[in-house]
Amino acid sequence: MLASILFTLGLGGACGIVLSFASKVFYVYEDPRIAQVENLLAGANCGGCGYPGCSGAAEAIVAGKAPPSVCILVGPENVAAIAEITGGEAGTAEALKSYNECMGGSRATDRFIYQGVNKCSAVASLYGGKRDCTIGCLGYGDCVRACKFNALAIGAEGYPVVDYERCVGCGACQAVCPKTIIEVSPMSARLMHLNREDDALAPCQQTCPAEIDIPRYIDHIRKGEYEAAVNTIRERNPLLLTCGRVCPHPCETMCRRAIEDEPVSINQLKRFVADIEMNSGKRYPIPCASDTGKRVAIIGGGPAGLSAAYFLRRLGHHPTIFEAMPKLGGMIRYGIPEYRLPKEVLDWEIQGILNLGIDHHVNVEMGFDFDLGSLIGAGFDAVFFGVGAWNDYNLNIPGEDLKGCYTGINFLARVGKNEPIDIGKRVAVVGGGNTAIDCARTLVRMGLEKVYLVYRRTRKEMPANDVEIVAADHEGIEFIFLAAPNRVLEDEDGRAKGLEYLRMELGEPDASGRRRPVPVEGSETVLEVDTIISAIGQNPNLSFKQPGTRLDQLEITRWNTFEVNPETCQTNVPYIFAAGDSQTGPATVVEAIGGARRAARAMDQFLRGKPFIGEPRALLSQKKIGESIFERVPGIKQTKRAEMPELPVQERITCFDEVDLVINEANAMKESNRCLNCCRLCYDPDISIDTKRPAA
Amino acid sequence: MGDFTVLIISSIFINNIILAQYLGACPFVGTSKKMETAVGMAGAVVFVLTMAGMITWIINTYFLVQLNIEFLRTIAFIMVIASLVQFVEMFLKKSIPALYAGLGIFLPLITTNCAVMGVCLLNVQDELTFLQAIITSAAYAVGFGVALVLFAGVRERINLGRVPSPLRDTSIGLVTAGMLAMAFIGFRGMV
Repeated sequence: MLASILFTLGLGGACGIVLSFASKVFYVYEDPRIAQVENLLAGANCGGCGYPGCSGAAEAIVAGKAPPSVCILVGPENVAAIAEITGGEAGTAEALKSYNECMGGSRATDRFIYQGVNKCSAVASLYGGKRDCTIGCLGYGDCVRACKFNALAIGAEGYPVVDYERCVGCGACQAVCPKTIIEVSPMSARLMHLNREDDALAPCQQTCPAEIDIPRYIDHIRKGEYEAAVNTIRERNPLLLTCGRVCPHPCETMCRRAIEDEPVSINQLKRFVADIEMNSGKRYPIPCASDTGKRVAIIGGGPAGLSAAYFLRRLGHHPTIFEAMPKLGGMIRYGIPEYRLPKEVLDWEIQGILNLGIDHHVNVEMGFDFDLGSLIGAGFDAVFFGVGAWNDYNLNIPGEDLKGCYTGINFLARVGKNEPIDIGKRVAVVGGGNTAIDCARTLVRMGLEKVYLVYRRTRKEMPANDVEIVAADHEGIEFIFLAAPNRVLEDEDGRAKGLEYLRMELGEPDASGRRRPVPVEGSETVLEVDTIISAIGQNPNLSFKQPGTRLDQLEITRWNTFEVNPETCQTNVPYIFAAGDSQTGPATVVEAIGGARRAARAMDQFLRGKPFIGEPRALLSQKKIGESIFERVPGIKQTKRAEMPELPVQERITCFDEVDLVINEANAMKESNRCLNCCRLCYDPDISIDTKRPAA
Repeated sequence: MGDFTVLIISSIFINNIILAQYLGACPFVGTSKKMETAVGMAGAVVFVLTMAGMITWIINTYFLVQLNIEFLRTIAFIMVIASLVQFVEMFLKKSIPALYAGLGIFLPLITTNCAVMGVCLLNVQDELTFLQAIITSAAYAVGFGVALVLFAGVRERINLGRVPSPLRDTSIGLVTAGMLAMAFIGFRGMV
């Protein structure tokens, strides 16, 4: 009895003593802050941070390997508290969200009958799925089962639908998806994503120079989610009111529906949602990433400069815009007339961009009021040039500097600034581009007797948008094709009194594929006009490039534009970037926006001191994904596209009111339902598209 | 030498601690859902069981038998094993952090693993020598690991299959374990 009691006590004592000593000897110092930090974390052990459990995350935070905001479930107060414990900067976590690209549907043909396990992972292991579509959703809902937050459900169309209210962005769905349907990404990664040749891209999205996710925003419109549609457009294009009015919409020419029917009126839908936001009396909030403290000088407040500032601000940097003109907007304010883009609309749009916290200075010109040295001295980390192409080309004919002769952009800018201009009664506009048409249509509204448009090739070769040419025709502008100005005739007062031109005929095609006009001998004809406006193209004004400075080292192309790397828009001076007309030569607003976004992407990496991460599979220079471009699209029921409402001709030529009007909601619905949802929904050439589309 | 081979074979296969003696069923079901976990657990069991077999043999031979208090065996072993696991955990954390990171979360689980207790008691029952006790313990542990890893592999496959809902998860696991045990009966007669 005694022995057993003594033994038990002895054993207990021995164990206790050994363990006490062990705990002393084998004591491992653990930072008390780890426990404190762990208490502030969510404790869900969800793995969203990428560390093994909350204690792993706490260790990483204390070790400085992870930011205090690493936990995706923790609110800003706790992040601040953690930052206080670790002595680091709080920073704000960018909300991660799940997005699924595929909208499902059951139209794609099956390659084989599958009777196996109802799991995506199992189906995917058999030749990548039973469907013909190699990129689409398999629809067995592995992601739904993986989601711990009930944020995913298989929708009526058999594809996962994300409940953004519940999604915390833990990434569990992305991890289980055997395809790339579900993607978890922060806002800035989405802003900076370049179209890739392995993305599921509809032909329109491949064509859009700004790479807007067109099928997605049309889908939002169809569902009446106008704010989501606007936000989708804003991921790629901050100037949606402007583009909705003036964009030549190259996307519509590639619309798959256009192969068998009229294309979807994509741009009118964009304008429709953009106008809804403007007329709603409030602005939809635009999220920005956490501040980086880096400053960028944006030279030029036109579409390229505004877009670059917008994207940089959303990525957390601090851009400041320097504009030479009295107001921001550049070519879209001074080059596009009021009847196409009302200044009121433009002001509203620009204010929305400035509201993100972008500083701007007007009436300051690079090279006169400040130079590169003063910008670097003021602490800017990078400089973006979006100075546009404001130098009109000269006709190089005798008499073009007479009174009554103007150049296109100069003329439009003076009208835009409401400067008085000495205009006669009969005008000849020389040129066939959009600037020439804008000049001609502006002159009609100024009440002139006769407006001629003189172009050296034919209507077919005119680079202007077709709708613009048609509108100009309706407004009574007389076109004189195959006519090359020869000289300007002078009257007694030294004023122009006529334009002599040579008749031309079309010869062999030139480098641009257009037939080269050849003058006809002895065909001089005089057009009796007292004002001549030449609008035959522009190039950038790079006069700030003073000899003996850093700017002088900038490489310039033979078209007097910035020489840049096409993917990064970076010049040969590493901290100088350029996009827009000053880099591409005169082009469209939407091309300037696309270039500005590529520049912002590269600038972001430059400013964060990261090596530039290229995108080798990027779809640059309008490359197309071969298999997505169809020859035929059987099964389309032909439906008329929505007509654009316009002011009647008689009314519009007397004033500068906006000519193109917005389509109404019913028509927008109808039009959005014409979208085939290419590369989003299963495609099967044997089933009629219109009968099988999901209900609106 | 031949004796030891027989001892090892019989401990691993014929008298497999889980599938023949039905000990340690709790961690067998609990940690066999994923192969990774199963391998970690198997490693931890080999480590602890060998240590425990050694210590308990010493305790039994030099204290319990000497003092004629064998009736305290169960209580003494429980205490020794629990303390041993705690000690080992602390030791590893300090001295071999890499091993601790690998086995870490499984060590506390073994405190409550009846296979460990069972093996120690069996060693006494079979009146093994010190060396035999160590080898038997290690072999039992390897047997535990083999069964656990096999079972985890099977369960990972079953998870991909269409299991009727009343049988899902643990239920089908137990059925599978039964079949595995029957398969292990086939080893009888090997020695």
